Amino acid sequence: MTITSPPEQQHRPVRRIGDRVFSGVARGAGIAILVILAGVAVFLVIEALPALTASAGDIPGGEGLASYIAPLIFGTLLSAVIALLVATPLAVAIALFITHFAPRRLAQSLGYVVDLLAAIPSIVYGFWGVAWLAPNLVPLYVWLEENLGFIPLFAGPASSTGRTMLTAGLVLAIMILPIISAISREVFLQVPSLHREAALALGATRWEMIRLAVLPYGRSGIIGGAMLGLGRALGETMAIALVLSVSGGITFNLISSGNPSTIAANVALEFPESSGLDVNALIASGLALFVITFAVNMLARSIVNRRADFSGAN
Amino acid sequence: MPQTSTSTPETASAGSGTSTALHSVGHLGRWAPWAIFAGAAAVAALLGMATGLNAAVFAIYTVALGTIALYAASRKVEGRRRATDRLVTCVVVSAFGLAMVPLVSLVIEVVSKGIGRLDSEFFASSMTGIIGEGGGVYHAIAGTLIITALTTLISVPIGLLTAIYLVEYGTGRLKRAITFLVDVMTGIPSIVAGLFAYALFAVFFGPGVRLGIAGAVALSVLMIPVVVRSAEEVLKLVPNELREASYALGVPKWRTIVKIVLPTAVAGLATGVTLAIARVIGETAPLLVTVGIINGTNLDPFDGRMATLPVYAYYQLTQPGVPPEFAIDRAWTAALVLIIIVMGLNIVARLFSRFFAPKTGR
Repeated sequence: MTITSPPEQQHRPVRRIGDRVFSGVARGAGIAILVILAGVAVFLVIEALPALTASAGDIPGGEGLASYIAPLIFGTLLSAVIALLVATPLAVAIALFITHFAPRRLAQSLGYVVDLLAAIPSIVYGFWGVAWLAPNLVPLYVWLEENLGFIPLFAGPASSTGRTMLTAGLVLAIMILPIISAISREVFLQVPSLHREAALALGATRWEMIRLAVLPYGRSGIIGGAMLGLGRALGETMAIALVLSVSGGITFNLISSGNPSTIAANVALEFPESSGLDVNALIASGLALFVITFAVNMLARSIVNRRADFSGAN
Repeated sequence: MPQTSTSTPETASAGSGTSTALHSVGHLGRWAPWAIFAGAAAVAALLGMATGLNAAVFAIYTVALGTIALYAASRKVEGRRRATDRLVTCVVVSAFGLAMVPLVSLVIEVVSKGIGRLDSEFFASSMTGIIGEGGGVYHAIAGTLIITALTTLISVPIGLLTAIYLVEYGTGRLKRAITFLVDVMTGIPSIVAGLFAYALFAVFFGPGVRLGIAGAVALSVLMIPVVVRSAEEVLKLVPNELREASYALGVPKWRTIVKIVLPTAVAGLATGVTLAIARVIGETAPLLVTVGIINGTNLDPFDGRMATLPVYAYYQLTQPGVPPEFAIDRAWTAALVLIIIVMGLNIVARLFSRFFAPKTGR
């Protein structure tokens, strides 16, 4: 009792030199990531600056940076929105299939097969889109033009190669399918089994159980996953560069051969042959893409991370 | 689509509500869905013969007819709720089938078009002096391997150390900021990473710069967050008892990490790194803007343009020259080689996690 030492005499834990070096290096690596991310923004701004300050006539198109980038942003958003509209319901259905409908023993390998879709390089999707998907969609476009031509989206004239905005959107949809379904799957698996069992015990069918217990719990996960998919669709490059037949102007006509390009595809197509101020203008458009995807991804991540707060599980 | 049925006015609610409680409701047997879909397939085949048979049309008819028939039968025998359940089951299963169409057709397409030039000449020769027939990917594969190796060399130390920081040391705001920004970084478009690397090197080497190392820097921006994420997950799985046992023996923290934590996690780390390599090895856009393409063999990443497999495939397809068919064949074979490499890396990753999993004793 008498030998309890006063607090100031207690030894602080020994800090060995190796410990200090190692933790310093690890911390430095973490900080390096922040520096890289900041560097991406800084160097893009530096190289975009000449285009931002140049007179309107020197920018490709001759009407200033804003009217050069505007159709590109439009094309980027349009193709990404098509992809999202197609992919989200499909991805949720696939996630439900794997978590709740497929035989237990098969479920894991089926999930792996869906993940394979994510492993295929973007350029191979482009090859496949040009050689298989686009020609096979031509009859559908002709049919759409004949029967639904009164809707501006399908006004036509239908492209004879099939390399349209709708094809590009569908290729993108396939490419973002795995990420949306992976995140939805993860959330669906986290649904407390008590919720599911309670629904089943009240006599719910499988679909009613899903609608009452699984979907409300997973809603924010689905939204977050869809937004991550949106982020990927916005930045997807090679598939679009190969599949989309580009002619510039802003149009909502999805099945004709005249389409606005996307930012990423435009950079890939123009950059290798450009020099001087054209390069700076392309980098400026890349900066715009960076800002858009950064915002979308930040929003998506904060939704996914906040999932627990409003899932109703607490 | 499936919601249309639930919104129909409830005519039989009183009847079905009481009858479920009191009487046994009819059931379709286990065979019923199969029988109905077989019937639908037969009808679809007949319809198809009338209009010209086509695999896609046949499949669409079969699924649509089968779903409608099953819904109608179930509604008649089992009531509205079970009918809706069956309808959703059909929709969900066909959604999965629909997602398999691109995967299967893509593999068939690439293999059938690429298999023709998959010969030894293709791997042994570069494109120096090739017009028309012949030629190969020796230079492009060498370039891809060099650039990917450099990328791995940059990304793995940074990524691994960051993961160690996050799991073992990190606290407070810096940890939260890094975790969040790594997540956001996974979403950086590959073309933006390429433009960043170009801008970085253009500032120091002047405009129009094309270097292998610039490509490696661009790919590192894409690879680092993947490495961090996977390594973080794996390090978190190492049981705390191991660390505590080590501390109890007086081992300093850094030696605990190096000698205990990392060896325990080595299988997962190897899997993660392999999958990260598989992700970046097929990237085209960043290399297109930073490394460019040449026909000859350049093995020095610090000196001028290099050829890489994805960029090679892209240019062979889009700028085939005359006569075009030989270059287009080469493009498809290059795409096939790319898929084989990526799938091979995925399989290797699985093998790592199976064979080098930590031995848990006992």
